[in-house]
Amino acid sequence: MLDFPRWKVWSIWAIIAIGIVLSIPSLLSERQLESYPDQLPQSRINLGLDLAGGSYLLLEADAADAAVQRLTAMEENIRNELVRGEPRVRIGDISRSEGQLSFMVRDVTQVDEAVERLRAMTQPVGFTGQRDWTVEVEDTSRIIVAPTADGEQRALADAVTVARDVVRRRIDPSGTREVTVRTSGEERIEVMVPGVDDPEALKDLIGQTARLEFRLVDLTASPEQLSQGRAPAGSEAIPYPDAPPGVPYVGYGAADGIPRIGLERRVIVSGDQLENAQQSFDAQTNEPVVSIKFNPQGARRFGRVTQENVGEPFAMVLDGNVLSAPNIIQPILGGSAQIQGNFTVESANQLGIALSSGKLPVKLDVIQEYTISSDLGQDSIEKGMLASIVATLAVLIYMLMTYGRFGLYANAALVANAFLILGAMAVFNATLTLPGIAGFVLTIGAAVDANVLINERIREELRRGRKILDAIEHGYKEASTAIFDANITNTIAAAMMFYFGSGPIRGFAVVLLIGIVTSVWTAVNFTRMLVAVWARAKRPKKLHI
Amino acid sequence: MKLIKLVPDNTNVDFMQFRKIAIWITMLLAIAGFVLTGVRGLNLGIDFVGGQVVQAEFAEPVDIEDLRGSVADLGLGDASIQEFGSPTTFQIRLPVPEGEESEANRVVGELRGGLEAAYPGVDVGSGQLVSGNVSQELAMDGALSLIFAMMGIAAYIWIRFEWQFGVGALATLFHDIGLLLAFFSITQLQVDLNIVAAFLTVVGYTLNDTVVIYDRIRENLRKYRKMNIVPLINLSLNETLSRTITTSVALLLAIGAMLIFGPEVIFGLTIAIFLGLFIGTYSSIYISAPLLVMLGVTGDSFVHDEDNVANREQRRDDGAVV
Repeated sequence: MLDFPRWKVWSIWAIIAIGIVLSIPSLLSERQLESYPDQLPQSRINLGLDLAGGSYLLLEADAADAAVQRLTAMEENIRNELVRGEPRVRIGDISRSEGQLSFMVRDVTQVDEAVERLRAMTQPVGFTGQRDWTVEVEDTSRIIVAPTADGEQRALADAVTVARDVVRRRIDPSGTREVTVRTSGEERIEVMVPGVDDPEALKDLIGQTARLEFRLVDLTASPEQLSQGRAPAGSEAIPYPDAPPGVPYVGYGAADGIPRIGLERRVIVSGDQLENAQQSFDAQTNEPVVSIKFNPQGARRFGRVTQENVGEPFAMVLDGNVLSAPNIIQPILGGSAQIQGNFTVESANQLGIALSSGKLPVKLDVIQEYTISSDLGQDSIEKGMLASIVATLAVLIYMLMTYGRFGLYANAALVANAFLILGAMAVFNATLTLPGIAGFVLTIGAAVDANVLINERIREELRRGRKILDAIEHGYKEASTAIFDANITNTIAAAMMFYFGSGPIRGFAVVLLIGIVTSVWTAVNFTRMLVAVWARAKRPKKLHI
Repeated sequence: MKLIKLVPDNTNVDFMQFRKIAIWITMLLAIAGFVLTGVRGLNLGIDFVGGQVVQAEFAEPVDIEDLRGSVADLGLGDASIQEFGSPTTFQIRLPVPEGEESEANRVVGELRGGLEAAYPGVDVGSGQLVSGNVSQELAMDGALSLIFAMMGIAAYIWIRFEWQFGVGALATLFHDIGLLLAFFSITQLQVDLNIVAAFLTVVGYTLNDTVVIYDRIRENLRKYRKMNIVPLINLSLNETLSRTITTSVALLLAIGAMLIFGPEVIFGLTIAIFLGLFIGTYSSIYISAPLLVMLGVTGDSFVHDEDNVANREQRRDDGAVV
């Protein structure tokens, strides 16, 4: 009992010192942290949304929509490969039914050729030799191309990964910090934005489709025709909500009151050919606009068309609505342009983000959402802190009054334990949630248990007439099995919470798991060391416990 | 300084005297708890049933029945309304309409518009939404975590002790869960994901308590081979009583502080744990220990295998073995 080697004493103090050092950044305010020396660890405990305030969204990819999109893309690929490839394979209409594509090959001798070329387009999935599409021949000349389940799953998972990055690009530049965007399972994306109280704005930001097109205005369309929603062949009537009054080629008299303008179906340049887009101000009017830059191919096309149509109007179309339709004053050759519309700085900024972040590859539905106002979060932190302090003090006093000197040692272990928990959470970058605070308080209470078991055991051994040092020795030894077994059960419960839990529950489980480990360690090693050092120095004749 | 001793030294309470009646009464209570929960149901939050919730803060106190009427007039589906902390704050829960996500926004928009027209100065905050699929998953995960935690712990106890102890621990858990469910069914406090965490904590704590007692029973079974099982369990309970009470008081102090000073948002979680501490302490004494007698634990249960064989053979010669 008394031979507690020096290296052990030092290593125990070292561990506690490390715990304290690691927990300091989490206890400092942001400002204090700035002047905190860089040489020391900086990692802090994250605050969960329930404490920091903010919005949470759980998005789910629409698998049916993804499957339809994939089928459409495949249909296009088949046409490109067979009809436009060499040698040309003539095929009938491609029909879709039950999620697969089928078509006739006109010339029976080309069936094998077609199948071979289609097979080459498919990709292997996984290690089983499965491919993402099956290509089969029916009735000698009908080819059926069907997606495989593995292929669909992989395509969806890929789409979700791309969508996650798009979502992140859309949210990140909007100026909020510590945004979390991550995939959850195969088809979900979790979005956590601290400090944002308005989930609607967040959803708008994520959900913006932002399909941008530049098209020429068809000046032959008459306003009467347009207001009835009709346009000459090769053109269509497109809504132009913010049309300035008195434009001769705009139809104002539509039944829904939204003006229409005739646009050529042909798209000059679309958003796919953008390199960059951001909010800026118009040099003349100082109004907010979106500055865009095309890629070389887009720049060439835009330059050629504007060159050929100087003096004529062209239209900027966003998601099927015309934003504005200015005249081409001079050819735009450099590949840079401005999108004008009735923008505010904010809406121009959002459009810029939406345009440059790319297109969402799959439709996302919001399946779970919550918002916690930062006031409520602040209130929770304050009350949680107060409760933790009161709880800790109450337990400390109670232990001191119950076990005297040994209670004091148990209390030292409790305090060390609190630092170790904070330090460990900071190292793992764990998130502290509201239930996590409850978990912390509970751990304080439970940490006492190990010491209670030991101290009660020492009392018992003393009653049985053992000598003091002998009783202490036995107390620690005999209590250890009970401490071990009791904490394993808690570990199992906490592990289940972590494994099956989500969000706040995981936070609770993390605190519990860390707390179990640190509390057993401090209760057994730390107090034992304190007792040993005291007993060796004092050689007590009487034990007050 | 005089130290506190809540439990005097060398107690000798005859716990086992009432064991049969105690087991039957509380087990019946626990079963009644399950039945009550089945019949009366729980006030499940949107975590588990799906839907959307908004908080409305009114300028002045509003009669809940009036509010129910106004919300019903909007025709937004089956709404449920609860007072939330003060008579000017209400939580309004609505079903998530079928179809597009914009539908859900539309419904909240209509609710906001309707309430603003009927009660000037009302502030309808942004809310919380859980779709049907997610809520089913959350409910499933909650139930699974509870079941697996119970199974895992029981299996552990079975391996570390004997099968009777595993069964005893499981029965104790059923008892605790039954009573806790009854509490939530009677009070109709909202059951959300946090409550699952509370249940799991209670499960962990109860077993913590039970295991400490089992541990002592095992130790005494090895020490006093000849002692009859009933007085042996009584002895073990008395020996661990001081620890049981001291730890429970410490935990009650900690959780009590959380209950009084902590944020209201986790009131459900803390009250469940607080209550669970009482139930757990009781059941580890009156359910888990006496059940061992009923399941036939004897002095032979923990003798090493070799000893066991030797013992049996020896006793067989005596003809004393049953």
